[in-house]
Amino acid sequence: MAKILMKGNEAIAEAAIRAGGKHYFCYPITPQTEVAEYLARRMPEVDGVFLQGESEIAVGNMVFGAAATGKRVFTSSSSPGISLMQESLSYIAGAQLPVVILNVMRGGPGLGGILPAQSDYFQAVKGGGHGDYRIICLAPSTIQEAVDLTIEAFYIADKYRNPVMIIADGMIGQMMEPVEFPDEINEPELPPKTWAATGAKGREPNIIKSLYLDPLRLEDNSIVLYKKYEEVKKNEVRFENYKVNKKNKVLIVSYGTMARICQTVIDELEAEDISVGLFRPISLFPYPEAALKEEADRANIKTVLTVEMSMGQMVEDVERVVKGAKPVKFFGRTGGIVPTPDEVKEQIKYLLRSESAKG
Amino acid sequence: MEEQSKTIFDRPESLRDVVTHYCPGCTHGIIHRLVAEALDELGLRERTCGVAPVGCSVLCYNYYNCDFLEAPHGRAPALATGFKRLRPDMIVFTYQGDGDLASIGMAEIIHAANRGEKFTTIFVNNAIYGMTGGQMAPTTLEGQITSTCPNGRNLEDVGHPIRVSELLATLATPSYIERVSVHSPMHIIKAKRAIKKAFELQAENKCFTMIEVLSTCPTNWGITPGDSLDWVEKNLLAYYPLGVKKRPDQGDK
Amino acid sequence: MSQYEVTWAGFGGQGVMVAGQLLAYTGIAEGKQIVWIPSYGPEMRGGTAYCTVVVSDRRIGSPIIRFPQAAVVFNRPSFDKFTPTIKPGGLLVVNSSLIDVTTERDDLTEILVPANQMAMEAGSPKVVNIAMLGAFIGACEIVSLDNVKKTLEDKLGKKKDLLGINMKILQAGYDLAKNTIAGRATSES
Ligand SMILES: Cc1ncc(C[n+]2csc(CCOP(=O)(O)OP(=O)(O)O)c2C)c(N)n1
Ligand code: SF4
Repeated sequence: MAKILMKGNEAIAEAAIRAGGKHYFCYPITPQTEVAEYLARRMPEVDGVFLQGESEIAVGNMVFGAAATGKRVFTSSSSPGISLMQESLSYIAGAQLPVVILNVMRGGPGLGGILPAQSDYFQAVKGGGHGDYRIICLAPSTIQEAVDLTIEAFYIADKYRNPVMIIADGMIGQMMEPVEFPDEINEPELPPKTWAATGAKGREPNIIKSLYLDPLRLEDNSIVLYKKYEEVKKNEVRFENYKVNKKNKVLIVSYGTMARICQTVIDELEAEDISVGLFRPISLFPYPEAALKEEADRANIKTVLTVEMSMGQMVEDVERVVKGAKPVKFFGRTGGIVPTPDEVKEQIKYLLRSESAKG
Repeated sequence: MEEQSKTIFDRPESLRDVVTHYCPGCTHGIIHRLVAEALDELGLRERTCGVAPVGCSVLCYNYYNCDFLEAPHGRAPALATGFKRLRPDMIVFTYQGDGDLASIGMAEIIHAANRGEKFTTIFVNNAIYGMTGGQMAPTTLEGQITSTCPNGRNLEDVGHPIRVSELLATLATPSYIERVSVHSPMHIIKAKRAIKKAFELQAENKCFTMIEVLSTCPTNWGITPGDSLDWVEKNLLAYYPLGVKKRPDQGDK
Repeated sequence: MSQYEVTWAGFGGQGVMVAGQLLAYTGIAEGKQIVWIPSYGPEMRGGTAYCTVVVSDRRIGSPIIRFPQAAVVFNRPSFDKFTPTIKPGGLLVVNSSLIDVTTERDDLTEILVPANQMAMEAGSPKVVNIAMLGAFIGACEIVSLDNVKKTLEDKLGKKKDLLGINMKILQAGYDLAKNTIAGRATSES
């Protein structure tokens, strides 16, 4: 198929349809309302379901109910709205239902602003709602990657019967890039959804729930989830290296929009004979722990620099993984300010100066 | 005797001397002024606390000259409840759009009204989501085109537009609910009277009061400011009848 | 060329976003890497709209462009805001119908386009942006004029009248830029 120019929000919406996510619930919020507006036009054409709910609390729970049918469901929002969905996410994860959620992050906390940010990392990766559950979390850095990951997300959600979040930011939502949609989507076979509530004809009733008053049963449920997440950690790790090599002195760790800015930084520093590599986690949960550890441990790496559009959230995972083997530094801007390549370059040069001063 | 020149029109003390961010022809500004005049005339400004919604009027605290809280989307009545319960001596009002109040905040407003919380709600109904760029609201009229109902609101799919004033008037506790409009000078005068009355009742310690004000959104209706006023007259008034929906003697616990 | 960045700026309704998109579509057709970045957020209420288009031979990194090679400005506020951001040696395309000043910078190529007059003469006030697009292409040739024409055909194919006007004004803008540059070359030599 030919490449077409699309806004990130619309491309992700189209990708959801292509992946069979034809059941969509929403509540407007900037900077992702175009997803809803696009699907309001598209869903009738593909015989899907489009419904604007009265709030994100309702929408999260509409998605909960819809997923119980075993069909592929999709919702999207931005930070404050995703906060309101945390209740349903905890229940959905507890009841082991597949759903795909898009978070086009904006600056917080509170009403914050509407410009791009990456300050929902903790919420997405470390829980957000209550209980022992995890959300599989994928962070694209281009619109094509957003399309590809969205398509995959539906499969991953079904495979593990767990919510999958595409975590983007206002920049990816709003900008346009050429994208290509696959002509057809070939997914490995999955077992039939015998757990879905389809009517108890010729079988025992299916109860979709998260209540276990007997603590042993509740613990069992958490162990089931835990084992599932161990599988996820084994199978679903995704990352990309950019110009990672033996000459690198600094290893940048960065994801999403911020990572592509770091690519420019690396290209420009290369011209100045300063060698820096980029490790870009694509799956934020599962975090690419082993791969990052391996790169950070290389003898040539003097410093690991985490760059985020936040006050420092993913850096805690980087520290956890690097385990003190190398100094882990942080640079970030937040509130909707996206660091420029120049700012990051300055930071790296400063790090290298202080490094050589220590000598 | 020589007539001294006297001021017959000025900015109310309850408003600040600043330029608002509202679009040309938007009537949020008129409604702000009416509330401010009422506070001035009743001498309430210095003991008033407003609660701002999330919507185009989120920045109204930059325009009012009194204390203000900024609530999460739809939750202004809950903040107002908490505040007023601790400071019954103060005057509290929420200023909310139709998406804020009638969609995401429907639970909060119904329960606050039903408990008879002693604050005043100014409910601005422009039949659309303004701030996010023109999506369907619970108040959007049948057939009205918005970006999330591109073929017009379909009643079979999303139900009828909600008449919030009538809905809340079914509750026993609220003391005063009236729907007004600001699309003509005559209507503005009546709206002012209603808003002032609501604050008077609050000052007398009466239960929940709400004034619903029909308002314009030329930007997202996609028509001129002038046509917007006509659109209110022709379409909004036909579905949202003006008038008192609940009188003080009918209410109160 | 390895990477070229251009900011399009004007009032909402002047077609700046669309002009940027037409450039982007043409770039894609030529097999280039493209990013189109809109302004969004608080500044939109002020009435100015702008977008930046990056055209590149290689994978595009940062979508944050503070200092583009070119700016195409449709009104005075945009002129004031974006002229200082252009990289030295860059290009400034000015809608001289609405902007009655010229830049004091001597390190830029400045092309003055009476785009509103041209559009009125061409028979549609809506093609101001196409005059500007033509002039931009004429001044930098970052994509070929023929391919922009193909993009227009693609987008407007069914609306024959409109397409005719668009083609005419695109060419007029292009010629104007070419003549301006040629005129300068002769006067300098
Ligand atoms: C939890 C949450 N969801 C969604 C939004 C996005 N949002 C901001 S304003 C608004 C609706 C505004 O419409 P309305 O209340 O009718 O007021 P108007 O702008 O028309 O005055 C929405 C949905 C938000 N800020 N927070
Ligand atoms: S978008 Fe509508 S409600 Fe908001 S300020 Fe503009 S006209 Fe008023």
